[in-house]
Amino acid sequence: MTRLRLVLVDDHAMFRAGVRAELGDDFDIVGEAANVDEAIRVIRETTPDVVLLDVHLPGGDARAVLEGCLSDVPATRFLALSVSDAPDDVVATVRGGARGYVTKAISGPELREAIQRTADGDAVFSPRLAGFVLDAFAGGAAEHDEEIDRLTPREREVMRLIARGYTYREVATELVLSIKTVETHVSAVLRKLQLSNRRELAQWASDRKLI
Amino acid sequence: MTGRVVAGVAIGLAEHLHLPVWVARVAFVVLTLAGGVGLVLYVAFWAVLPLNTEAATDPAAARSSDTTRLLSLIVIVVGIGLLLAALGVDFARGAVLPLLIAIVGAALIWRQTDDEQRDAWSAAASKAARQTVDTSAAAGRWRIAVGIALVVFALVALLVSQTGPAAALQGLSAALLILGGVALVTFPWIYRLLREQNEQRRALIRAEERADIAAHVHDSVLQTLTLIQHASGDPHEVARLARTEERALRSWLYAPDGDPDRTFAAALKRDAAEIESAYDATIELVTVGDTDLDPALSALVAAAREAMVNAAQHGGHEASVYAEVDDAVVEVFVRDHGSGFDLESIPTDRHGVRESIIRRMERNGGSATVRSSPGVGTEIHLCLPRMSDVTP
Repeated sequence: MTRLRLVLVDDHAMFRAGVRAELGDDFDIVGEAANVDEAIRVIRETTPDVVLLDVHLPGGDARAVLEGCLSDVPATRFLALSVSDAPDDVVATVRGGARGYVTKAISGPELREAIQRTADGDAVFSPRLAGFVLDAFAGGAAEHDEEIDRLTPREREVMRLIARGYTYREVATELVLSIKTVETHVSAVLRKLQLSNRRELAQWASDRKLI
Repeated sequence: MTGRVVAGVAIGLAEHLHLPVWVARVAFVVLTLAGGVGLVLYVAFWAVLPLNTEAATDPAAARSSDTTRLLSLIVIVVGIGLLLAALGVDFARGAVLPLLIAIVGAALIWRQTDDEQRDAWSAAASKAARQTVDTSAAAGRWRIAVGIALVVFALVALLVSQTGPAAALQGLSAALLILGGVALVTFPWIYRLLREQNEQRRALIRAEERADIAAHVHDSVLQTLTLIQHASGDPHEVARLARTEERALRSWLYAPDGDPDRTFAAALKRDAAEIESAYDATIELVTVGDTDLDPALSALVAAAREAMVNAAQHGGHEASVYAEVDDAVVEVFVRDHGSGFDLESIPTDRHGVRESIIRRMERNGGSATVRSSPGVGTEIHLCLPRMSDVTP
């Protein structure tokens, strides 16, 4: 199997060096960038498999990077990486086109797994992102007729288990499903998160002062 | 002055004479209608009596409703009219009525700008006041519009009554031309003045925010960094300090609100933070929804705290906590990847899990289930039906 090619986008050189040291053995890190313009240029030049994208960057945020090059590199997947817990940051980045979101506190093996999963085209949900989704899609199913605006009971179950700290494998065991099915459910939720017009998603920050 | 309607003379007088306020008010109204004497008295008292500003602490009480104000305004106008009539002024000549109307309009505008000035000051002093300005702004604009309409109407009426319609039209157009010219000449100057004022206000807010951040950084971040330098030989302590500070900074940056004594999610968050630093553990807490605490929910938080302590002690220093509040039920899951334990093997007299988690939940109408398998970890599921507020 060929090694995955990565680009790191983060304005802290120290953090990039850390990730490089952590992942260098398993992945080809083909480029680094510290701001939005540089990121767009490097990603276009190298067309990596996966971009590790910091949410907050000088000269814009992750969304600016996604808008700048998403259409030029259709095969590249983006995984958001952030210290921020603010729901609006996270949701905005995922709605901008990122395939998932993990916090920088993530451990090395978990990060490797998340990158592999992103490269495979699956969605990566941290417990916190699952919590955000459950919060955003909470209640009011009756007032949202559109299928895209609500979660199925199964999807809700999967999200709750992820929020409880279960890995995909553990979710699969718990619900007696295959891992592939769990991944399908999570990807469906990601699609809803990206495409839904729920008011809660649009103006999250002002709506929810919790968490 | 608390409870004042116009200038607070009636209430001041009533306080002084130990009479109910309404007696003083009725007296003023009656005297005003009786040839305007009441108005003269009122103005005289207003000019002479000292202002008791200490009582003006409650802005809500100091502001009477608009209708009361309007009524008193009408009484004043009628009083002035009667007074002028008593002095022999002839209303038929037409100059008096428009003037009175103009005075009312001007008074409205003056009062409003006065209020706005005060609101602007208090808004600069405290951010909380900004909302009050927003809510009263709409009413304020109406008042100013009515005031301007009254003044313009009165002036036009005066002009027409004095010179006749044709000459009035000529005069009006001349006046409009002059006004337009003046506006054109002074516009850049006024615009700059407004902009400068805005700039100043923004600078003030920025300075306040910077002071806020500086105070916070000093109180927490710098202190922690100093502590870390002192403890540099002890990696556990350094990690603990860093984690505590990270949590504090995070909650300050992203969710400054939420009172741990009042809401469920904030209480859980506080307990998780305390256990993290006490047991040198990492607790990933995810909450969905929130509600106000009640005794049963406080018991749930206490049970969750026990479960977290248990996970932090025996669960390999890592735990996931998920809490969900919905309309029917509040649930908390506390999960660790420790060695696990067998509930049956715990002696019945041991306080831990049995008493402080399971019994506590049962006493409050809830339930607790423990799922534990050796090698995989433990998950404690706390569940509390919400009975008290089905319709919140």
